[in-house]
Amino acid sequence: MNLLVGALSVGLLLSLLTLGVFLTYRVLNRLDLTTDGSFGLGAAVAAALLAHGVHPVTATILATVSGWLAGAATGVVHTAFGVDTLLGGILVSTALYSVQLYVMQGGDVSLASADTLPGLAERIWTAAGGPPEVDLFGTSVSASNLAALVLFVVFVLGSMFLMERFLRTDLGIAVRATGDNPQMARALGVDVGFMVTLGLVMANGLIALSGALFAQYQGFANVQMGLGIVVVGLACLIVGEALLGRSGPARQIGGVLVGTVVFRLLVAGALRAGLDANALKLVTAVFVLLALVVPRALARVFRSPPRPPVTV
Amino acid sequence: MSGAALELIGLRHTFFPGTPSEQRALEGVDLTVEPGSFVVVVGINGSGKSTMLNAIAGTVVLDEGVVRIAGQDVTHWPEHRRAGMIGRVFQNPFSGTAPHLTVAENLAIALQRGRSRAIFRWGLSSARRSHLAAQLANLGLGLEHRLPTPTGALSGGQRQALTLLMATILRPGLLLLDEHTAALDPRSAEQVLRLTEETVARDRLTTLMVTHSMHQAVRIGDRLLLFHRGRILDDFSGARKRRLRVEDLLDRFDQIRNADMLDESAAEMLRRAYV
Repeated sequence: MNLLVGALSVGLLLSLLTLGVFLTYRVLNRLDLTTDGSFGLGAAVAAALLAHGVHPVTATILATVSGWLAGAATGVVHTAFGVDTLLGGILVSTALYSVQLYVMQGGDVSLASADTLPGLAERIWTAAGGPPEVDLFGTSVSASNLAALVLFVVFVLGSMFLMERFLRTDLGIAVRATGDNPQMARALGVDVGFMVTLGLVMANGLIALSGALFAQYQGFANVQMGLGIVVVGLACLIVGEALLGRSGPARQIGGVLVGTVVFRLLVAGALRAGLDANALKLVTAVFVLLALVVPRALARVFRSPPRPPVTV
Repeated sequence: MSGAALELIGLRHTFFPGTPSEQRALEGVDLTVEPGSFVVVVGINGSGKSTMLNAIAGTVVLDEGVVRIAGQDVTHWPEHRRAGMIGRVFQNPFSGTAPHLTVAENLAIALQRGRSRAIFRWGLSSARRSHLAAQLANLGLGLEHRLPTPTGALSGGQRQALTLLMATILRPGLLLLDEHTAALDPRSAEQVLRLTEETVARDRLTTLMVTHSMHQAVRIGDRLLLFHRGRILDDFSGARKRRLRVEDLLDRFDQIRNADMLDESAAEMLRRAYV
């Protein structure tokens, strides 16, 4: 049962990653590889600060800010130097690998003895008179796990609410138009370069926040954490779209949450059923490939045969 | 400062310079357009008429020349900044709208053309919605009932009508129409053209319309420019424009074609004789 709560917790905090991938891949219509770097950077910044005794709230905020800077770096490489966002993201995330090593002064940081956000949540839970164990779906769940779960629910629902609202403001609609039809956006006075940069900043902030929460949840940060994480985000996004569809931002954002949680539950189930953990990234990548290719292939197979030419 | 709506001085532009596909699109275009004038632009493919429109809009960065809109030198302004003064409708009905955004959201973007896009303002307040519905009702296409429909679900004609409304919902200093009915079926083309004439007349918009249709060219507008090889060859206005018939234009195109062939055969003769 704790496996389920664990999968749920990881699913919730990774849904912030998926929300960032949604913003770049679907809204801006660009695959942003800064993702790998900013996820690891968020984890590295949060862990390094926490290990030095910085307050968890401050450390988490600064980790988010580091993600904004990473996104801004890719945005500036794109707008100021005309490098496309794909290459820009690769350059920035490659550079960030070194930055992470500097920030953590090594390849990893343990948070075993540091105060973290889940730890803080647990203390608040206890101070508020919460029971040390709670009966959930017939099994008992420890206060620390439950407090972490509640904390992540608050973060995720808050972020998703704000994102949904943002996408319906004048500014948010301009960002969406930039991804949907840049020619039209420019013709109506939208500064496309600025909108792309803004989207990258917001997305990588969310992704770094996700990394920071992930490090605090698992109790350590590692420089390898972000490698290939963009594929995980894509997989979650695709699962969500398969379940909830793609009509309108509210539905898509709901899909981000549902897709990430379902994907993590699938992963937990597969591992429990005996899937080799080493094969996880291979399986994830193949899954994303199939999800992108199969619908197209099916459409080709089931397309109605061409009609005979009309004779006059 | 002059009172012209648009001034073009010595526009020159060459695509792919120094390569085998080098193409001199503009070879010295000078033009002054008075406020409220409706200028129709014709010419064969590659004569430079679309390049001129793109140079005004800012999608083509000129080799040489000055573009002034309402007395303001915009030569070095980026496209999105010029957009504050310009409304545009493109030939391709897919170009003018964002397909995954709804009709209402597309119009909301048009409402902020040339203005700041604030994070603290809802794109679609109920006041805006009713304003947009009223504007759409003027088109007479029933689009006022389709505010929540993604524009990707509209027909080509509906999209062009919507794009026209988006280009003119804030009165633009200049309206640029680049063969905006050429990709439509005849009925939709006629409808969009009628809406164009109504809108331009109602708001007294300064308009440049590129067209391939000689019928449109003689029927519409109060001035006609004939482009050839990157230059303005003929400029009909006033009574000369009103008297112009389709046959006159076709005769003129024949003359040009003959002159071109004469040029080429003369060159061929010289080559044979001397090379």
